[in-house]
Amino acid sequence: MKDVVLNKLRKTYNKGGLLAVDDVSLEVEQGSIFGLIGPDGAGKSSIFRMLTTLLLPDGGSASVHGFDMVRDYKKIRNSVGYMPGRFSLYQDLSVEENLKFFATVFGTTITANYDLIREIYVQIEPFKKRRAGQLSGGMKQKLALCCALIHRPSVLFLDEPTTGVDAVSRKEFWEMLKRLKTQGITIMVSTPYMDEAGLCERIALMQAGKVMSINTPDQIIQQYPSPLYAIKASRMSKLLQELRTMREIAHCYAFGEYLHLVFTNDNQVTQQHLLVLLRQKGHEDLELLPVTPTIEDCFIELMTAGTEPSGLTLKPLP
Amino acid sequence: MKDVVISTDKLTKQFGEFVAVDAISFEVYQGEIFGFLGANGAGKTTAMRMLCGLSKPSSGTAMVAGFDVSRHPEQVKKHIGYMSQKFSLYEDLSIQENIRFFGGIYGLKDKEIRQKSKDLIEQLGLGQELGKMVGSLPLGWKQKLAFSVAVIHEPKIVFLDEPTGGVDPITRRQFWDLIYAASDRGITVFVSTHYMDEAEYCNRISMMVDGTIKALDAPAQLKRTYGARSMDEVFFELARNASRKAD
Repeated sequence: MKDVVLNKLRKTYNKGGLLAVDDVSLEVEQGSIFGLIGPDGAGKSSIFRMLTTLLLPDGGSASVHGFDMVRDYKKIRNSVGYMPGRFSLYQDLSVEENLKFFATVFGTTITANYDLIREIYVQIEPFKKRRAGQLSGGMKQKLALCCALIHRPSVLFLDEPTTGVDAVSRKEFWEMLKRLKTQGITIMVSTPYMDEAGLCERIALMQAGKVMSINTPDQIIQQYPSPLYAIKASRMSKLLQELRTMREIAHCYAFGEYLHLVFTNDNQVTQQHLLVLLRQKGHEDLELLPVTPTIEDCFIELMTAGTEPSGLTLKPLP
Repeated sequence: MKDVVISTDKLTKQFGEFVAVDAISFEVYQGEIFGFLGANGAGKTTAMRMLCGLSKPSSGTAMVAGFDVSRHPEQVKKHIGYMSQKFSLYEDLSIQENIRFFGGIYGLKDKEIRQKSKDLIEQLGLGQELGKMVGSLPLGWKQKLAFSVAVIHEPKIVFLDEPTGGVDPITRRQFWDLIYAASDRGITVFVSTHYMDEAEYCNRISMMVDGTIKALDAPAQLKRTYGARSMDEVFFELARNASRKAD
């Protein structure tokens, strides 16, 4: 069963001046984790606000858990949990009061669904008398998740839950999501961190309101159009600048300790030729090896498809 | 011998009973790109605020750009640039107005401001957009502009607090081009980030855990020391035993 269905969903702001969501269509399977991956301005939050019935679309349609987003908006509100990007609980209520409030609003009690949140809630329970506004970022995030879950929603919408969160806490958060999934909850989550894409069953790569690609992370990686290489040398900054100006290189950009590059014309000869050229230019400790693209490579490729390779560079300082 | 532009000696900040920054001592060299990493709640922001002259140390000392942060915080502020993740330009001023405003604040003469605006607009390719309100620019442009404004007075050091959060992968790399260019001009870049691939772009990295600096070295050396394949693993190794799970 499809728990979330978007059909050419469209949203504009400023009387049509800004197209925030550009005819987005996608489907989310019940009990799965679906990721909206993209930077700020991709349209992720607007999609969440429409699906949670807080905003009306300008075109297209969508349904959540079988309910139409416009006609059945009240039913949707009862069956979804939503954690907005910005902390939106009551700052001057305590941890416990916030949770009780949300349970009551949805006509349930903390005890009725305690098993669902227990694992998360025990981590903040020692601070249950503390006001939400006084909590640290990590604890606020956990409380917000508990409040979004307390009525046992069918679908959980999480808008950038890990933004600004360190790598260790991010990993823990994704562990929590995986466990929630086993309870049959459908999860739609957005993130600007490309490395989190692999933790979703399906993802949509989004940029400026458009979906560039929808698939499983593995499939998206398999669709990468050309062989990708990693290269490094003792002087990385110089290496990057020189590779960018070479005819033999279609794309080159920094990627962690290596640079990633795509040849204009890929064959064994070109690879050897490049190494010879670079040695002549005085580069030392050269290392060139084929690598499997990551989601971030795919994202960059999709963004630059059809544009000049120079789209990746800035003009040098005068 | 490299010039030292930041040096701290047992720098400490205490809020009541809580020791946010616990006697950290380290040095940063001129022109270096220095990555300041750590888990949430490790004390990074507090340490950075002290180094920028915004918060007075409880004990210990820090010299930044040749000035003592406790005794001459105003001098420190004049000789550094600062950019936060939260966008720091005026949204309802145009690009040109922001450049003029910050140039003036940092004490540049009108002629210098004119020249700097020209260079900066040329470099960022903003020629067509000069009169546009900054609020209407895409985030990536804003962040590049904010960085250029933060170094408009050619400070000795620029502090960047998670400058690339939420920015697309291409703009993120263009942002690092700007960082490299500044570093080539001799500006020291002190940067915090949650992107582990960006940690690799730094000359050296410090890792804060529970208010102390647990490790400080070049990325390649850190990976050797901890037998890790990636900076992600190094970070995980160091941060997972943190006692401050709060944040």
